[in-house]
Amino acid sequence: MKVRVSVQLKPGILDPQGKAVEQGLHGFGFAVDHVRIGRLIEMEVPGADAAEVKARAQAMCDKLLVNPVMEKASIEVL
Amino acid sequence: MRVAVPVFPGSNCDHDALHACGTVMGWDTIPVWHQETRLPEGTDLVFIPGGFSYGDYLRCGAIAALAPIMADVKRHADQGGLVLGVCNGFQILCEAQLLPGALLRNASLRFIHADVHLRVERADLPFTAAMKAGDVFRVPIAHAEGNFTLEPADLADLEARGGVAFRYCSPRGEIGEAFVPNGAMNGIAGIVNIRGNVLGMMPHPERVVDPRLGATGGLGIFRSLDAALARG
Repeated sequence: MKVRVSVQLKPGILDPQGKAVEQGLHGFGFAVDHVRIGRLIEMEVPGADAAEVKARAQAMCDKLLVNPVMEKASIEVL
Repeated sequence: MRVAVPVFPGSNCDHDALHACGTVMGWDTIPVWHQETRLPEGTDLVFIPGGFSYGDYLRCGAIAALAPIMADVKRHADQGGLVLGVCNGFQILCEAQLLPGALLRNASLRFIHADVHLRVERADLPFTAAMKAGDVFRVPIAHAEGNFTLEPADLADLEARGGVAFRYCSPRGEIGEAFVPNGAMNGIAGIVNIRGNVLGMMPHPERVVDPRLGATGGLGIFRSLDAALARG
């Protein structure tokens, strides 16, 4: 099944990249605030049971995909 | 005194580590490819060098932390063996959870290559015992992700247990935001684990140990290790 993991910096973590992009958007005259940049990971995980596939994706997050000091993830089974 | 220097694809400070430990200090220094599963017999110190292991993919140090050799580095650390991680080596130790925290992108978003001053916060470690608390030494930094970060509660714990080994400071040892090149919380440049046998730092002491290369600011750490290991 197709799984999409969205990794975002935790709210308290400074995101200088997001800040730089926000300033760039301001430079074009766009009114934006709180720009945060994350990472989107898509993968094919074998299995037919969505709950089981999601649990396996969660284990992948815990082991490698997410650094809990600075990031959090949301998992979507498509 | 035997030193193992793990080498990952993308390591680029491994030869600096080999030169400092082998040529300058005269220690028996052995490069160890990341695919190896055992450190050389009788390894006293593991020196994880700087660079861009695995191209910094995913997060700096995240993939290297899973390399085959790292399981034996963890065993070595668990048994009280010394581990020093510099720059990318520090990032790898954090990702391997041998040290707390994470190194985020520099607050300026830029790669910074500059000389900085460090103040010794802990002089009772095998890495610092030849120095005194409050001593200031000059070493280079060269990184884009050195912005040390921890959850506020964990940062308070780290400070309370004396986990900070080195802090960025002025040439006269003053502490303050103005002297922190990368945005690191509390100006933290290097930390140790609870047991005091694993140290990670962003600056490069191994680049400033050979008088022929013009500066010797990093020698205090190597002299400390020499004394610690001579004592056994």
